[in-house]
Amino acid sequence: MSAVGSLEHAVGAPGGQLPDAAESRGRFRLALADIGGVTRRNLLRTIRTPRLLVFSSIQPVMFVLLFRYVFAGAIHAPNGSYVDYLMPGIFVQTALFGGASTAVGLAADLQGGIIDRFRSLPMARSAVLAGRTVADLLRNIFVLVLMVVVGMLVGFRFHGGLGHDLASLGIVLLFGYAFSWLFATIGLLVRDPETAQIAGFLPLFPLVFASSAFVPVETMPGWLQAFANVQPVSVTVNAVRALASGAPAEHWVWQSLVWIAGFLVVFAVLAVRQYRRV
Amino acid sequence: MTDAVIEARGVSKSFGTTRALEGVDLVVERGTVLGLLGPNGAGKTTLVRILTTLLAPDAGTARVAGHDVVREAPRVRAAIGLAGQFAAVDDLLTGRENLELVGLLYHLPKAERKRRAGEVLERLGLTDAGDRLARTYSGGMRRRLDLGASLVGRPSVLILDEPTTGLDPATRVDLWGFIEDLVASGMTLLLTTQYLEEADRLANRIVVIDHGRTIAEGTASELKDQLGGDLLEVTVADPAALDRAVELVAGLAHGSPTVDRVKRLVSAPATGKAAAVVAAASRFQAEGIDLEEISLRRPSLDDVFLALTGHGAEDVAAGSGERTASAGGAPARRARRAS
Repeated sequence: MSAVGSLEHAVGAPGGQLPDAAESRGRFRLALADIGGVTRRNLLRTIRTPRLLVFSSIQPVMFVLLFRYVFAGAIHAPNGSYVDYLMPGIFVQTALFGGASTAVGLAADLQGGIIDRFRSLPMARSAVLAGRTVADLLRNIFVLVLMVVVGMLVGFRFHGGLGHDLASLGIVLLFGYAFSWLFATIGLLVRDPETAQIAGFLPLFPLVFASSAFVPVETMPGWLQAFANVQPVSVTVNAVRALASGAPAEHWVWQSLVWIAGFLVVFAVLAVRQYRRV
Repeated sequence: MTDAVIEARGVSKSFGTTRALEGVDLVVERGTVLGLLGPNGAGKTTLVRILTTLLAPDAGTARVAGHDVVREAPRVRAAIGLAGQFAAVDDLLTGRENLELVGLLYHLPKAERKRRAGEVLERLGLTDAGDRLARTYSGGMRRRLDLGASLVGRPSVLILDEPTTGLDPATRVDLWGFIEDLVASGMTLLLTTQYLEEADRLANRIVVIDHGRTIAEGTASELKDQLGGDLLEVTVADPAALDRAVELVAGLAHGSPTVDRVKRLVSAPATGKAAAVVAAASRFQAEGIDLEEISLRRPSLDDVFLALTGHGAEDVAAGSGERTASAGGAPARRARRAS
């Protein structure tokens, strides 16, 4: 590349790795490095805004306390223990609500111009979105562990055996990750953090509350049951609940994985398409 | 074929019904600085976004560092550095972390990106602040860090979109110094600006665009010559004499005068150097019109800009930097959002 001569000249120091040479080392490895860099950047941002992390962790804790001690008496859990019924719903809700920060973060990056900088660099096109969703997944792990601890403190117990218990948490994280691509799409569409915050929560309310997360679907009116029985949050909560309680879970796990795969494919495509366009 | 590092031919871009660019041509030769000058909404940022591969043109072609910006976008990205008007640095990273992240995204090995981050911090006078979060930086430091981020990849072409917009005058002069150093080291630079003084000081050639079209091109002095000679300026003491003053100036000058009624100032292009001043002074004396001030000066780029674009020509007179500043601000953001 002739340009190299002049840039060497310009800075007056020996050059490093040229992008051309680097390309031959395998685009995949480079893309992983890009994703790693962007992920690290997003995690540093999270760690350096501890107040945000604290307050976004308090919200799900409030939900636990609210449902465990205020509503529990009025809700009749199918198998007796309402706290065991409740916590899988809380886990899924926490993972989804946490995902809304993907929308906010991306919209803020767009507005701040840092996405323009990223897009003008010879980095992998997928890395900004992947780095964002992976960072949010890692943050979700932290919040989920916190919620498990809080759940234990208010009486929740796993009954599925170690393998099933871990699998139940794995499904929660996968589900949250798949949804973060929906939030990425929303963030890139609305392009403004405040709007993204509100727009991100819109699809969550019907999905989380008209589901089996907090109350048995059988208590809802018939027309709502038709929706609540099949929608992804119910299916996933049922899968997590079955795994964590040691009940037969294959039926729900299978359906949940189909939803997860569907969300990933559809919204990863939409998000990447929107990213190319911004 | 010239040694064109940036070359745009007939570049057009519309957003809905808004035609942001209508067939703009532009050439930047190796090692030179081109100032792209225009009011807000002229299409400067759209052109920058096309040249930096952020946006595809509807029509026309552009090559940067020998590569087509659409078909060979990754190669263009590897060759350019972009710094924008909104200082795209991460507030929650330190200056050094910002630069090292950019180095990583250029796929530099770890030791190399540390070295270059240190080098860039040093070069932009940020070494002491390098390990502080960028949110603690002043506006000028942020711009320097943003400029620094565009240097980490050692680009052969630097594209700066309004690098000093919104900075106070002293900080602006500081930043100009850094940009001049870069140019002295052989970098090719495209600079958009709405500050004519900035173009005058930094650019070898200037392209003026308005409403998405090129309306003038040349060196600063060629553009000034287009106005035809020097500017004769007369300030009358009594506002009532203003109309008569316009008639007198029209008779002495070889272009039609412009009037600033608030400042009681009449100005018009004139030839004849000092003799023109003497002639004008004696005519006014003969008519019994008191003058507060009379002068002859070389036109500034502001005058050229006003003459070319017609913006504000009737309500603002020559000589003040105010009008470029008042044209700035909020519309720039809208223009960017629209693109």
